[in-house]
Amino acid sequence: MVAELLIISVGAILINNFVLVQFLGICPFLGVSKKVDTSVGMGFAVIFVMVCASVITWCVQYYLLVPFGLEYMQTIAFILVIAVLVQFVEMFLKKSIPSLYSSLGVYLPLITTNCAVLGVAIQNITKFGGAEMSFLKSIVYGVSAGIGFTVAIVLFAGVRERLESSDVPEFLKGMPIALVTAALLSIAFLGFSGLSF
Amino acid sequence: MKQGSSYMKTFINGLLTENPTFVLFLGMCPTLAVTTGVINAIGMGLSTTAVLICSNIVISLLRNFIPDKIRIAGYIVIIAGFVTIVQMLMNAYVPSLSSSLGIYIPLIVVNCIILGRAESFANKNSVGKSAIDGIGMGLGFTCSLTLIAAVREILGAGTFAGVSLFGSGFQPVSIMILPPGAFLTLGCLLAVINIIAGRKKKAAQNAENLNAEGDM
Repeated sequence: MVAELLIISVGAILINNFVLVQFLGICPFLGVSKKVDTSVGMGFAVIFVMVCASVITWCVQYYLLVPFGLEYMQTIAFILVIAVLVQFVEMFLKKSIPSLYSSLGVYLPLITTNCAVLGVAIQNITKFGGAEMSFLKSIVYGVSAGIGFTVAIVLFAGVRERLESSDVPEFLKGMPIALVTAALLSIAFLGFSGLSF
Repeated sequence: MKQGSSYMKTFINGLLTENPTFVLFLGMCPTLAVTTGVINAIGMGLSTTAVLICSNIVISLLRNFIPDKIRIAGYIVIIAGFVTIVQMLMNAYVPSLSSSLGIYIPLIVVNCIILGRAESFANKNSVGKSAIDGIGMGLGFTCSLTLIAAVREILGAGTFAGVSLFGSGFQPVSIMILPPGAFLTLGCLLAVINIIAGRKKKAAQNAENLNAEGDM
């Protein structure tokens, strides 16, 4: 059992990295990766929301949608759950942990439209289905997907900070060179596909 | 006549001037993920266009009824409804395309283009204009996806929309089909666009300088 969970975890962090291999969450990956500090903050916010979203959408799917035969409402139900969840997390952090709130502040609302969160919720259902321990697997997958996102965005931010001070040809400045950098990172992560179990 | 030209302007604006992919950098996830083949790209582009047109029309119709404070939640529900419809239709009529696009169909909900147009255009403009904006933006998105996919598919597999181009002697550059190829292709296309835009700007500046000199 532990081995199975470990495989899920390593798979989500390295082999099928959410950002660099599955292309989920590209918008914040390109948008919030100019500085390492902010990208770490964004990464932790995403991990937190992904875990909560995995738990709640699993419950919604198996206690609400399946018993009433409403599986076709999945997309609407999940996106609403995520939007409400992000709102609640924002209010909760504002009241109880203001220091964390002020450091994440701007990024929290952005997470609603981060496709990685909805992606995790949907993949939890399609991948693990009604299989045994699917609840535990969903949580592990949620945490690992978040960690994978954080690893990718922090690495990318590190490279981009260096790019700021380097001499880049005029026509490559800004987005093009960032994308080429991302391509190189993605090639590095492609190496992990040899790890397949 | 005047109205016609403003519709045309809105359409061209979406297709070229504010192209969602190459100028605004919106909707990057599907752009990178589904462009392994031209057919996938066109499928994704057209389904996004359909959702965009419908949601723009409905949001524009309801723009005076949705309270300002909860408008984003309202937009998301409307968009999610249309995405569900598209998802079911694709499942029923084009099952092979639907399975190769997989998770990216429900993820149209969180495509920033759709929410972005709802917030910045449909919510302020008339129904007709919003519909035209949806068509322009959607086609702009479809064309960009197709362009990226064509580069990746031709280099990476030697085919175009599944038809072999070069015969059996062609050695494909398979990295273009793999995930890094997506970043690389988009980066290079943006660089080319930058070069062209830079040249145009320089030419315009030169012309201006010449004019200024002529005036003196």
